[in-house]
Formats: sequence, structure tokens, C-alpha cells
Amino acid sequence: MAWFRKTKTPKPIRPERPRSNVPEGLWVKCEGCKEVIYSRDLDRNLRVCPKCGHHMRIDARTRIALLLDEPEPRELFTGVTPTDPLAFRDTKRYRDRIKTYQQAVGERDAVLVVQGHLDEIPVMVAAMEYRFMGGSMGSVVGEKITRAAERACERRLPLLVISASGGARMQEGVLSLMQMAKISAALGRLRAAGLPYISILTDPTTGGVTASFAMLGDLNVAEPGALIGFAGPRVIEQTIRQSLPEGFQRSEFLLEHGFLDLVVQRSEMKEMLARCLRHLYRP
Amino acid sequence: MTASDSQFDIPLAELRKRIEELEGYPAGSSQDKELERLRVSLRKNTAEVYGHLSRWQKVLVARHQDRPYTLDYVHFLMEDWVEVHGDRAFSDDPAIVAGLARFRGRSVAVVGHEKGRDTKERISRNFGQPRPDGYRKALRVMKMAEKFRLPVLTFIDTAGAYPGLDAEERGQAEAIARNLIEMSALTVPIVVTVTGEGGSGGALALGVGDRVFILEYATYSVISPEGCAAILWKDQNKKAEAAEAMRITAPDLLQLGVVDAIIPEPPGGAHTDPEAACRRVGDVLADALDELVRLSPNELIARRYEKFRALGVYDEG
Ligand SMILES: [Zn+2]
Repeated sequence: MAWFRKTKTPKPIRPERPRSNVPEGLWVKCEGCKEVIYSRDLDRNLRVCPKCGHHMRIDARTRIALLLDEPEPRELFTGVTPTDPLAFRDTKRYRDRIKTYQQAVGERDAVLVVQGHLDEIPVMVAAMEYRFMGGSMGSVVGEKITRAAERACERRLPLLVISASGGARMQEGVLSLMQMAKISAALGRLRAAGLPYISILTDPTTGGVTASFAMLGDLNVAEPGALIGFAGPRVIEQTIRQSLPEGFQRSEFLLEHGFLDLVVQRSEMKEMLARCLRHLYRP
Repeated sequence: MTASDSQFDIPLAELRKRIEELEGYPAGSSQDKELERLRVSLRKNTAEVYGHLSRWQKVLVARHQDRPYTLDYVHFLMEDWVEVHGDRAFSDDPAIVAGLARFRGRSVAVVGHEKGRDTKERISRNFGQPRPDGYRKALRVMKMAEKFRLPVLTFIDTAGAYPGLDAEERGQAEAIARNLIEMSALTVPIVVTVTGEGGSGGALALGVGDRVFILEYATYSVISPEGCAAILWKDQNKKAEAAEAMRITAPDLLQLGVVDAIIPEPPGGAHTDPEAACRRVGDVLADALDELVRLSPNELIARRYEKFRALGVYDEG
């Protein structure tokens, strides 16, 4: 755990939604064991429940901080921002939704790309931000991850993508769907260049994100207990008209069925990625 | 189409039925006059109705049960069809058909969704909703086509990849993802035609090609209008609104750059004259292949990359 002492203590993270029965920011109820845990203890434990090991969701910047050596790694493609190609409106205008999320989350869209070092190995990292519209993939996510793959090719760097997403963004319609093809094609170039791509799947990773880059890693590595699938559990239950077995579509289930290489604790992720990269990559 | 949703098509279907009946009778002057009157009426009404279809109505046309499916295109356009089976891993998924055929003088590989014609066949084909085995069969045949330098023709018509327990267990997401990366790098021409419903990732998994065509009344979308309505409006009945908002019809897709061209359907939709619809598709596919076979493998995949690379709309500043 020496690596962790080198990095700054992660910023305290606000829970995803305020829980009515516990004062926000101070106490958090674990969804795994239902225990109420002091928030600062959780932060010290990387938002992993000290009682049951449940991995809570954390934001993209915290994920990057946990993996990279640099306290402030260089962020790339920050100018790529969402627009409203379809003039989409459901109960609310997409344009307004974007603004609301930008203000609430403090990010421009649902992915960050940084270049830095992971235990001294140069890497390109894209991390998805689930708090931004459920980490949904529209044109910005597609463009930034594609650029990350292309830049990784140019600089001969390994690519890591940390997924956390409900899938494609409906408000950009079929353009969101096409991002799946665009990113996958860019990963094809990375593959042709002989560079490693490691997909890191976190809770939750579903829909078009799973059905494109998240499943295409040379190594697919997940955090414990993450929901990973194509269709969401509710849709499946409606289709087959029965409830799903315990643990269905969780990391351990996917490992057992052959779709993941490793399930790795958050506290051990950096070390494991470094070990893998040292086998696969020579700068 | 369900009766309540497809009111617009009922009078036309009745006119067609009446004309067919009269055509069955021996000729006679009064009958000929009546026939002529009905034909004029059908033409006029068809032009009127089909000239003003809403997006949701087009969804219903795209789902019409008499629309030509992949095996109809094979039947009307190709000779010497050899259907092949299985993914070499788990099963043969009848929701996707794949095989070899001769198309206008060329051997080609054909891969497409197949919904099935009658109830029994529809059930056995899972209504054209593939499991991972189907996508893996598709990929296996495409890789074989690459090995033997055959162009690939794909036909897309699915509500979506099957969201079932077994499909998840066997890696629906991985199977779709695998097809995307492999199709983007396949060194033979791939021509894609969206013939009916282009339902999300389950459609795109056969959709990465050098040319992407769509039939006039076909649709292509990130999620079904019903699914989008249920999530964003919290009300499945807002499907027409969702279809409008997502802009999922052929002209929308052409405008967004997702398809290269729209293939016109016979007046009244492909279901009124499947053979004519198939022939129109055949002519477009033949022209596309004539152009694409001239490109080197490297040119092909470089251009295919740029084609999909260009999709997406964002600001940069
Ligand atoms: Zn717990």
C-alpha cells in the first residue's frame, strides 16, 4: 500500500443523493450491509464499507487520483463540450438538462481524459463520471474516448478506460449509438499498434458502454460487486417474467462466466494494473 | 401493426384486397371500369397517406409483418444460396441467418436478422431478437468471407438484441462489442442495409460497413420509442413523442450522416410489393459493390474508419 501514502488523501465525496434519514456528508448508510457508517471512515477506506467490503460509487476525479502518480495529471480534450444536435425535449429540454448537470456535478460531460503515470508507467486514462446524467455516452464521451485511443496510438501509450455508465445517451439519439462503433474502431487501431488496452469496469456499467469498449479490453478488470450487463435487470425481469437470481450480472458472476479477467479490490487496483502493464508494455 | 395504431393503413389494405378480388374475376367492361376506379383511388390515397406519415407511423410500417426480411432479399436477389449454421461455440441462433450466395455474378456472404413469417417461425426465430450466439455466427461468417475475399452484405431488422437471462449469461454485450471492433477492421467490403427496425446495439452489431443504406420507411434508433418513453417520460404511451424527439426515420438519419442513402420503397411501403422492394435494394447494393471492390483492403478500412469517426456532434472551444 506504499503507493497510496504517496497520493493525496482523496477529497471527501458527497453521496450520490442525499439520504433523508442521515445527515448528509456525515453518516452514510451502506447499501451492502445497511450499517450506518461515519463518512470520514469511509473516505479513509476509499469509500469501501469497512464492515462488508461493499464498493460505493466514487467520482471520476477520485478514480484518477487513486490510480495516477501525479496529484494533478494533465487533462486532455477539455474543450469538447456537449450540444443539442436533435433539439431534444422530453419533459425537459436536453439543453437545460446539460446545464443543470454541469452546475451540479462541476464537469462538462460524463468523461475525463488525462495523461500521466501509473506507478511510473506512462498511461492514457479515460474515466467516466456516473453523476453526470448517469454516465451516459453521447457525442462528447464518444469523441473524447476516441481521441484518447488515437492519442495513445500516436504517443505509444497504454490506454485505460474506467467505465461507469447506464449506456448510450437517449437525448442524442442514434448519434449516441454510433459512438459505440466509433470508439470500437479506434480501439481496433490501438490493437493493430500492439498497445495494451485495459478496461476497468465499475458499478454500474451497462447498455451500449458494456456492448462496446468496456468489453473489449486486452484485460477486463472489475471492482467487486459491480453491476455489469447489456440489458438492465428490470428489463430482463420484464422479458422473462421472473426475478433474477442473487448476484446475477455482478462482477463475480461475469468472472465465473468468462467475461472478466480479474475482480480487484479498489485498494489493490493500482498495484494490479501496474503489474499487468509491466508484463504487456515496454515504453 | 396493431389495429388501433395502424388506422392509416386499413383503408389502403382494404382497397388492395378488393382490387385483388376483382382481378381474379374474368374480364368484363363494368368490372374493368370498377377496377380502374379502385386503382386510381388506391394510388391517390396511398400517396396522400404515405406522403404524410408521422415518425411513429413509420415505426409501424417498419414493423409491418409482411415486410420483406433477410431471406426474402436472398430469395428475390440471389442464386445458389447456401445457409450456414452455428457459432462453433454454443448454438445456432435462428434470429440471425448467414450464408453464401451468388449476387449479380458475384459470390457474397450474407448476414441478417430474420424475424420469421408465420407465428410458428416467428417464435422459433425469437422474433428476430438475437442471442450472443447469433452475433458470433455472424462474425464467424464475416471472418470466413474475409479469408476468401468475398464482400459482405448485411440486412438489419430487429427490435434489439434479446434481453434475456441466457443472453446475458453468455455475454450479449461482449458479442456485440466484438462485432463492432472486428467489422471496423474487416478487409473486405461490407454493405449494410437497414430494412426495417434498426433496434439499438442489436442492430449496430451488423451495422459497421463501408456503405450504410436504409429503406424509405425503416428506422434506426438508440432505443425503441417505447423504451425511451418509459424512461424519459415515465410513460410508455408517449412512444409517438419519443419517436419524434429521437428522430429515427430515414430522412433524419440521412441528415445526421448516419446513412449514405435512402432506398425508396414501392408506394404504400415494401409490404405491398416485396419483390419490387427487394429489386430496388438489389440495384443499390450492386452499384455499391461495383465501387467498393476496386478499393484495396487498406483503403477500405481507412475510409470505413473515417466514416464512423466523423459521427457525433459537439462544441469545441
Ligand atoms: Zn457495508
